[in-house]
Amino acid sequence: MNKTLLIFKHEFLLTIKRVGFIILTLILPVLALIGIGVGHLVSDIAEPTVVEEIKIGYVDMATGFEQFTDQGKIKLISFSTTEEANEALIRKDIDEYFIIPQDYTSTGVINRYTLEKQPEPPLGVPTAIKNFLTNNILADKVPQSTIYVIQSSLNLITTRLTETGDVAPEQGGYGNVLIPAVFSFLLVFSIMFTSGYILSGLVDEKENRLIEVLLSSISTRQLITGKILGLGAAGLIQVAVWLASLPLLLNLASSTFGGFFTTIQIPPNFIILGLIYFILGYLFFAVVSAGVGAISTNNREGNQLITTLLMPMFIPFWFGSLLFIFPDSPIWVVLSIFPITAPSTTMLRLGVSDVPVWQLVVSILVLGLSVAGVLWVVIKVFRVYLLMYGKRPGLGEIIRNLRSS
Amino acid sequence: MVVVEVSHVNKSFADMKAVDDLSFLVSEGEIFGLIGPNGAGKTTTIRMMMDIIKPDSGEVTILGERLNEATKNKIGYLPEERGLYKKLRVSDAIAYLASLKGMDRQSSAEKADELLAQTGMLENKGKKVEEMSRGMAQIIQFITTIIHDPQLVVLDEPFSGLDPVNTELIRDMFLDLRNEGKAVILSTHQMNQVEELCDRILMVNHGRAVLYGDLKEIKSRYQSDSVILDYKGELGEVPGTIERHTHKNYVELVLDGKTTPKEVLAYLASRDIIINRFEIASPPLNEIFLREVGGYRE
Repeated sequence: MNKTLLIFKHEFLLTIKRVGFIILTLILPVLALIGIGVGHLVSDIAEPTVVEEIKIGYVDMATGFEQFTDQGKIKLISFSTTEEANEALIRKDIDEYFIIPQDYTSTGVINRYTLEKQPEPPLGVPTAIKNFLTNNILADKVPQSTIYVIQSSLNLITTRLTETGDVAPEQGGYGNVLIPAVFSFLLVFSIMFTSGYILSGLVDEKENRLIEVLLSSISTRQLITGKILGLGAAGLIQVAVWLASLPLLLNLASSTFGGFFTTIQIPPNFIILGLIYFILGYLFFAVVSAGVGAISTNNREGNQLITTLLMPMFIPFWFGSLLFIFPDSPIWVVLSIFPITAPSTTMLRLGVSDVPVWQLVVSILVLGLSVAGVLWVVIKVFRVYLLMYGKRPGLGEIIRNLRSS
Repeated sequence: MVVVEVSHVNKSFADMKAVDDLSFLVSEGEIFGLIGPNGAGKTTTIRMMMDIIKPDSGEVTILGERLNEATKNKIGYLPEERGLYKKLRVSDAIAYLASLKGMDRQSSAEKADELLAQTGMLENKGKKVEEMSRGMAQIIQFITTIIHDPQLVVLDEPFSGLDPVNTELIRDMFLDLRNEGKAVILSTHQMNQVEELCDRILMVNHGRAVLYGDLKEIKSRYQSDSVILDYKGELGEVPGTIERHTHKNYVELVLDGKTTPKEVLAYLASRDIIINRFEIASPPLNEIFLREVGGYRE
């Protein structure tokens, strides 16, 4: 078997058997399933409390509020005076009461009295009181259907059109942002973990001198290629599991919760771009990690260095709120093209606004060229520093070596 | 047949010359000792032979050609400070490293079983490497070095950390390799091991060859003008000797420079004593080493 393939197979199997890798791969689907399950449970538990009948007393000082006292599970009971209502409340004949002042129709103010300490009225109570009041005011004046429209909250359905006037395939809204944001975050983690494995693997092999045994059997090129591709394939499986689970989880969430979840969309081309950015982003950081592994004398030192280099990947998350407010700022274009921030920024931007095709092309091109450039540098310095076990070389020394080699 | 040919090789790191115009040959069926103090350039020389680093100038050929993937499969290398994949099982670690030397899974498994049995380690093949003691791990590393039946075996300090039983075991396997016609390069500080095992040696200091050639011939060059005598009886005055050093089991007689050892032996034979041992004294390799590298101490 080809020796690069042997390294590939070894690194791939070693990675997918790691507990950390398995946890990270399954964490998105499992957490989402748990979330949906908990949602089910909470709604099941919450429902029976609504079944209990709530008795609300009222004192009608404005007069004319006699009908519509049956509001589903909430029954409204009229009292002539405040004292009567008070006594009924203390006797616990009613759960609470409210007073409709004489000037209610001009002020809209209702005074509510209860024995409970509550941050806000229980679910359903304000709506029931409001429906009772509006029904009594509007009854016999407008049709029932008009009363229903007045009572309902505004249902604003936005449709995005293309410049030709057709309905755009990609609609706006927060539902559109969620998937790219979550995916972008996980992409960064996947890249961090898999390239971290390269670093720790290399530093371990360097520390225990296995690297010498390996290099007496294979070439530097075979070693780097095999390692990067093996770990990359494992990372790709991770990302593929996440991408494949997204539509399933989304269906499950929207059928369970409805509402916001039904508005969640996966932007078109997102899966393809997600894979492209994972592959290029991973290759970039994998090659950087191999270089850091070559010059680091131990794992702690290597991790410190690689963390500093990986940190900029989180920039788009730190300033995420600004992306919503100023999606067209040139800073986002720069971050989409700069290779370290390109994968996370572009993924995030895809959900917030339109990313022009030229920016995607330039971003992918720059990332691809950066991979090739960094690989060239790493192969140059790899042999020299891989076998130096003492002090980590400074940047100046690496540049000098690069010039002389 | 020449297995290794190192010809006028030079290597510098920054301002330090690690190897300076070094040349030597290693042939099949011999154990070749590469010795020298720390920092003398031994490991750099080995790494250039293994194609891990490139020489600045000069040439290294293994089995008649510059090192390539095919010739790498014919080399077994055990570096000085060594390790294995701790989380792997012993059998898997051996199989992986053997596969990088071109062995298929089945033949490496069979050979691994054979070598593990030979070293009394077969029962550990399913255990993880991290469960092994240092000595046991070292034997596994030795097995990974020779499992693919290499033509050239390079061992850097193979006995360090081994108990006497395992040292004996590895030494016997060493001699087997020589008897099978392999070329073995042994880099070590243990001069007694070199004296016992090596046919030829190269002593390096500051990257340059200090001594090179047949071990017996080198030792004969350092023969002192004295003889070793183990006897029973009354020795008395021995003509032609100027000094006598008495040791526990023998005496060393220092000759006067005009008398030959043969003449001394003839005189002793004429006396009424029993001669158990008579030999021309040569200094131990350790002494030669200290003399050549300028008072270097371990």
